[in-house]
Amino acid sequence: MGRYWRTLRRFWGTALATQLEYQLNVLVELLAVVLSLGGSLLLLSLFFGPGRELGGWSWNQALIVQGFYTVFDGMTTAWLRPNLGAIVTYVREGTLDFVLLKPIDSQFWVSLRTFAPAGLSEVVLGLGLAAWGAHQSGVVLTPAVLVTVLLMLMVAAVILYSLWFLIAATSIWFVKTWNATEVLRALLASGRYPLEAYPAPLRLLFTLVLPVAFLTTVPAEVLLGRASFPLLALGIVLSAGFFAAARSFWLFALRHYTSASS
Amino acid sequence: MRIFGLNRRIVRALLGSQYAHMLEYRAEIALWALSGVLPFIMLSLWSGSDARSQLGLDGVALDRYFLSAFLVRQFSVVWMVYAFEEDALLGRLSPYLLQPLHPLWRYVASHLGEQLTRLPFAAGIAGVFFLIQPQAFWIPSLGGFLLAWIATWMAFAIAFLLQSLIASLCFWSEKATALERLLFLPFLFLSGLLAPLTAFPPAVQAWVRWTPFPYLIDFPARVLSGDPVDLAAGFAAQLAWVGLLLPLVLVLWRAGVRRYSAMGA
Repeated sequence: MGRYWRTLRRFWGTALATQLEYQLNVLVELLAVVLSLGGSLLLLSLFFGPGRELGGWSWNQALIVQGFYTVFDGMTTAWLRPNLGAIVTYVREGTLDFVLLKPIDSQFWVSLRTFAPAGLSEVVLGLGLAAWGAHQSGVVLTPAVLVTVLLMLMVAAVILYSLWFLIAATSIWFVKTWNATEVLRALLASGRYPLEAYPAPLRLLFTLVLPVAFLTTVPAEVLLGRASFPLLALGIVLSAGFFAAARSFWLFALRHYTSASS
Repeated sequence: MRIFGLNRRIVRALLGSQYAHMLEYRAEIALWALSGVLPFIMLSLWSGSDARSQLGLDGVALDRYFLSAFLVRQFSVVWMVYAFEEDALLGRLSPYLLQPLHPLWRYVASHLGEQLTRLPFAAGIAGVFFLIQPQAFWIPSLGGFLLAWIATWMAFAIAFLLQSLIASLCFWSEKATALERLLFLPFLFLSGLLAPLTAFPPAVQAWVRWTPFPYLIDFPARVLSGDPVDLAAGFAAQLAWVGLLLPLVLVLWRAGVRRYSAMGA
C-alpha cells in the first residue's frame, strides 16, 4: 500500500512539473474553465422562465446540481481523459507491454499515471458553486449530512471512472472505439440538470442504465436533505457493481491482449 | 482551365481518394455522429420546461428545430485544425506545400468525404427520432431544402475559415488547438445548438447577431425546419462573414508559409 502511495506521488509530481513548462497553456485552460462555467450558468438561467423553477428545482437548488456536474467534469479533464485516453496509444504502439511488465498493478498504472492540473481548478470551482447554492437554499450542514454527501460523491466518482474505463478497455480489441468516450461525454452532459427536468423514460434510463442521476442529482438531494435511503443503497450497489465489472473486464481484456504486431 | 487552382480532374481525384479514405474510418465516424446527440437531450429539457413559451416555437416546431440543429451540426462539423496540427508536427505538411495546389483544398476535400460517409448514420439517427416522435415528421419543400443546403454549406464555410485562421497561427505557435477550445466555447453556447437564439434575453440576442455563431446553427436550422426567418438578412450575414474571413485566412496563410521552415530546421 505504501509503495502505491509513493508511486502515486511521483506520478503526479512529474505530471505537474511537465505542465508547468507550458505556462501559456495553463492560462488558456483556466480561461476556458471560466468561460465554460459562465456559459453553463447563462444556459441554465434560460430555463428559469415565468415559473422560476426547472423540474421542481429552484435556481439555487439547480446551482448545486450544476456545481457537482462541474466537479465531475473537472475529474474527467484531470484524470480520466489524459490517463484512459492514452490506453489506445499504448495498444497501437505496443508500449502496453512495458506497463504489464512493471511490478505494479496495471489497472492502477493506466488509470492514475498522470493528471492535468487544469481539471483541478474546475473541481474547486464546482465545489464552490455547490456550496454557494446550498448556502442560498438554506441548507444546514450537519456532520451526518456531510458524511453522506461525501460518500455519495465517492459513489459517483467510482461510477464515472468505471463507465470510462469499461469503454477505454475495449480499445484493447478495437483500437477504433476510442471516440466512444465522446458519445459517453455527450450523454453525461445530461447530468448538468436535475433528473426531474427530464421526461419519465429518460429518467429511468439515466437512473438504471447510464446512472447519470447518481453523479449530480442524488448528491444534491442528499445535501438538500430529501434523498431516500433505498436510492442511496441502490447507488452504492450500482457503483460496486460497475467497479467490479470494470476490474474483471480489464483482467479479461488482458487475457486477450497479444501485444502489437502479433 | 483551373479555377482557384482546381479543375475537374483534380476535384474528382481529391474527392474520390478522400471519400475512400474516410470509408475506412466509418466505425469512428458513426461514433462521432452519435456523439452529436446533445440537441436531443436539450430538446427533452426544453419540452418540459416553463420557459418554453418564450421560445416562439410551438408544438412540433421545437422538435423540428432541434432535429434540424442536429443535422446542420452533422454537416458543418470542422476538425481541420486538429488534422493540420498533426500534419505540421509530423512534417507531412512539407510535401503538401510543394504541390501546385493550395493545401487548404486537401482539407476541404477530406471534410466533404467525411460528410458523405456520415450521411447514412445521420439519416439513421433522424429516422430513429421520427420513430419516437412521429408527429414531428415533415418533408421540407424542394426550394426550402435547397436553401437549407446552401445555408448549411455556408455555415460549414464560415466554421472552416475560422478554424483555418487558427490553424494558420500554427505557423507561429505550436499549440493552436488550445485557441480552438476558446473559440468552441462561445460557439457551443451561442450558436443555437443547445438553445434556440430566441431563448436569450433581447439584449444578448442583439449582441450575438454581430458574431458569426448564430449563422452556424440557428439560421440554417430554422431554414431547414421551415420556421419563418429573414432569409435575406441571414444569407447576407453568412456571405459577409465568408467575405471577411477568406482574405484574412489567405493573407495569414501566406505570411505563415513564408515563416515555415519544416520540422527540424
